[in-house]
Amino acid sequence: MSFLELLHVSKIYGEGQNQVQAIQDVSLSVAAGELVAVMGPSGSGKSTLLTIAGTLEEPTSGQVLVGGAAVSKMSRADKARLRRRTFGYVFQDFNLLPGLTAVENVCLPLELDGLTARKARAIGLQALDELELTEQAERFPDELSGGERQRVAIARAVVGDRRLVLADEPSGALDSVNGEAVMRMLVTAGHRGVATVVVTHDAQLASWADRVVFIRDGRIVDQTTPPASPESLLQPGTQPGPGR
Amino acid sequence: MSIRHALLALLSEGPKYGLQLRQEFEERTGEVWPLNVGQVYTTLQRLERDGLVESDGTADEGPQKGFRITADGEGELAAWLRTPPDLSLPPRDELVIKILVAWRVPGVDVHEVIQVHRRYLVELMQQWTRLKEDEAQFDLGFALAVDAELFRLDSVVRWLDTADGRLKRAASEPLTPVSPAMPRLRRRVGVRR
Repeated sequence: MSFLELLHVSKIYGEGQNQVQAIQDVSLSVAAGELVAVMGPSGSGKSTLLTIAGTLEEPTSGQVLVGGAAVSKMSRADKARLRRRTFGYVFQDFNLLPGLTAVENVCLPLELDGLTARKARAIGLQALDELELTEQAERFPDELSGGERQRVAIARAVVGDRRLVLADEPSGALDSVNGEAVMRMLVTAGHRGVATVVVTHDAQLASWADRVVFIRDGRIVDQTTPPASPESLLQPGTQPGPGR
Repeated sequence: MSIRHALLALLSEGPKYGLQLRQEFEERTGEVWPLNVGQVYTTLQRLERDGLVESDGTADEGPQKGFRITADGEGELAAWLRTPPDLSLPPRDELVIKILVAWRVPGVDVHEVIQVHRRYLVELMQQWTRLKEDEAQFDLGFALAVDAELFRLDSVVRWLDTADGRLKRAASEPLTPVSPAMPRLRRRVGVRR
């Protein structure tokens, strides 16, 4: 069953002459444990899709369902709880709070959700430990490398009982080794049942996904079919190309 | 890949028996580049004839015959490692030709054609990435080869993305006349007019 569902979602910014259609009639469903990449160039509407899926913006028309419940029918408090407890967000610029250490950043959403500081800290430390960031736990963001900052941001997004992670160009300006580490973390979260949507223009990042959805000019134009067994790659001459 | 240099590389680690060379050769290259193993012995004979390897000189030619690399062999290997393969001329790239043709064929949406190829390439990349996912399952050499394949496919996707954008912009602007430099470039990328 899909955990996240977008049904015929459109978003229009501005009015009259200045009207811009950011996304148009987008339908997308993501199952628990599924990693979906939305791939498209800048300006294709992929970030808008993510903010609407994350209830950070409302669609002009169409529906967003989370766990089968329509977001439009939720109260502000319900939506806020969803964002605090169920969703994890990862953005390109990391968004770590500079005045807090790595572990404080990671357990902040748990504390905001009412957990005691001590419990939140224990869970935060465990999340960092699982991501091999134990040594970085007490450091401040400006004492971390770019790759470490992004891994801390991902630890914060998957900590606790998150069910959906929304990531916008999660490897940012990182090199490909760090980019791969970031995607491995999201794949691991998927194995725990977390649904993930990654928007990116980068085919190497997208190729970690179970399914890649292509977006152009605000519309979903295509998607990959479930990949065949990779073993076929090791037998040359067995791969059909398109339209050969 | 050159069998000759692959064998020199194996022998640079120390003396080895013929059989052992055959097995290691299969192990290290077979997964990614299956090659004709029968050629291993013939190549060893030629390497010995050229003074790049030495055998332990016993008369029998069986699998227990030992080989070691000579100083000349080490020099040959070092030079080969540093000789760039010929990448200076663009290869006759079938995909490039298809897109260049698709753009001109009436009734064909070049963006749709680009997307067909983009999806195929991303699906291939997904398969290669699956292989990478379980790191414990394969060795370092294999990981390097898979990375190379992913970067190669990625560069093709990026070219398609760029072409997509360029064609979209061009469609909203009037065509510019072909500059005199174009015909030569056309020949180089293998497009016949």
